[in-house]
Amino acid sequence: MNSLSASKTPNTLRMTVRDLNLFYGNFQALKTVDLPVQANRITALIGPSGCGKSTLLRCLNRMNDLIPGVKVTGEVLLDDQPVYGSGMDVCLLRKRVGMVFQRPNPFPLSVRDNVTFGLRVAGVFRQNQLQEIVERSLRAAWLWDQLKDHLDSPALALPMDQQQRLCVARLLAVEPEVILMDEPCSALDPIATGKIEDLMMELRERYTIVIVTHNMQQAARISDVSGYMLLGDMIEFGPTDSIFTNPADKRTQDYISGRYG
Amino acid sequence: MRVSPKITQALAVILLGAATLLTVVVLVLIIAFVLKRGVPEISWEFLSTKPREMGKAGGILPTILGTVLLPLLAIAIALPMGVGTAVYLTEYTRENRITKIIRFGTDCLAGIPSIIFGLFGYIFFVTMLGMGWSMLSGGLTLAIMILPTIIRTSEEAIRSVPQAYREVSCSLAATNWETVYKVVLPNALPGIMTGVMLGIGRSIGETAAVIFTAGSSLMMPNSLNDSVRTMSVHFYLLAREGISTEKAYATAAVLVFAVLLVNLIAYWMMNRFIAKRSR
Repeated sequence: MNSLSASKTPNTLRMTVRDLNLFYGNFQALKTVDLPVQANRITALIGPSGCGKSTLLRCLNRMNDLIPGVKVTGEVLLDDQPVYGSGMDVCLLRKRVGMVFQRPNPFPLSVRDNVTFGLRVAGVFRQNQLQEIVERSLRAAWLWDQLKDHLDSPALALPMDQQQRLCVARLLAVEPEVILMDEPCSALDPIATGKIEDLMMELRERYTIVIVTHNMQQAARISDVSGYMLLGDMIEFGPTDSIFTNPADKRTQDYISGRYG
Repeated sequence: MRVSPKITQALAVILLGAATLLTVVVLVLIIAFVLKRGVPEISWEFLSTKPREMGKAGGILPTILGTVLLPLLAIAIALPMGVGTAVYLTEYTRENRITKIIRFGTDCLAGIPSIIFGLFGYIFFVTMLGMGWSMLSGGLTLAIMILPTIIRTSEEAIRSVPQAYREVSCSLAATNWETVYKVVLPNALPGIMTGVMLGIGRSIGETAAVIFTAGSSLMMPNSLNDSVRTMSVHFYLLAREGISTEKAYATAAVLVFAVLLVNLIAYWMMNRFIAKRSR
């Protein structure tokens, strides 16, 4: 595996995955996987369907807990705090490590109520505070100008890319530190995809992003570091530039050149 | 030799259409029959006064009251219990042997004839707990009777809420209960309401379970401890004892209108709720 010394600037690690194994019943979906997640960088996970990249992503905020029969061994750290430790408050974890899903999935509520959902769950009810956060979150997701006069219209009536950006805004409202994105553009057309990618580049300044993508051009365009996974193994991990121009492993080369996958 | 697809297609359309037509015709005939014989007997006096001579004369005011109160009481008891059970089974337990047994049990309970519930209610509430023939005994018995329906329809409704909503809610740091309360139940509400409507319908139409537990008093009920008579029971007794066929059909006609009204109100409430949520 490639060392991180090759990255442009030395950086702090926001999350660390070490020797992670994950079993769905008897099936081993992750095999002794390591993953360093650097702060304020975009880390991309690529690989063919079923390679375990989404599973790995979901380990970072324990979304796999929802699935029956999952067993995890190994270590996941969020700023030196064990994510799977008994002292970890899963709610707090998911607040710090938020998630954007494959399909835009706003609640069947108004735009405003979508953005404020996480806050209302957290017990924020003061109207002016909510309003302020709605504006800040929608601005950060580049939706404010389009939607400021439509805050009470139903979220499900928005075009797909706006729905997905609304999901980002909904997440930003609870001020996460790490944002996990599980193929966030796979339901979008190229123009909408471009908008989401621009947004990600912008968010990188303030947040740490881990993205799972099927789209290798996307990984090459936006990510700083990439990991190539195959059948539950992390085959290669390193700066995106070197992974895409000079892969160390033959299997990585086959995949990115389109010979496999 | 194969039958041409054109013929099978035409045959299917005819058969399916005939089945639908037959259903509609039977329904319309029943309602028309009841209304034709009942409506001429309905007057303001019939609706607003107490019965005299055991129902041979006078009105049906106390039974209208009973028909409104008893199902309401039953729903008030069964709804929290039923939805609570459904939430527990779907959101708080993994599918296992015990949930299967509970589900099988509720299914069996749903198929039990209502008179059995009536006998149970009579033995348990009326005599053992000493509640006597009362709205309380009747309401509790009806609640138990409609509980399986409410549980199963609520369960289906909760299951049909997209898993993505739960995941998002969870990823926004909501606890399991907050997810249930803020995401799952609001989205399952239309389905739960279907169960409520079925339950109210069954309660309004019930006679056997009601006679045994709520009794058949013709007095105006003053408290939960008073016996009441519902319109269905009134209709049954008037017809069964040959007291007055005219009054029986008039009661039936009012009952038909009552059920119609309940359904209209439910639709109206639902639409309002949906419009408000997705505004």
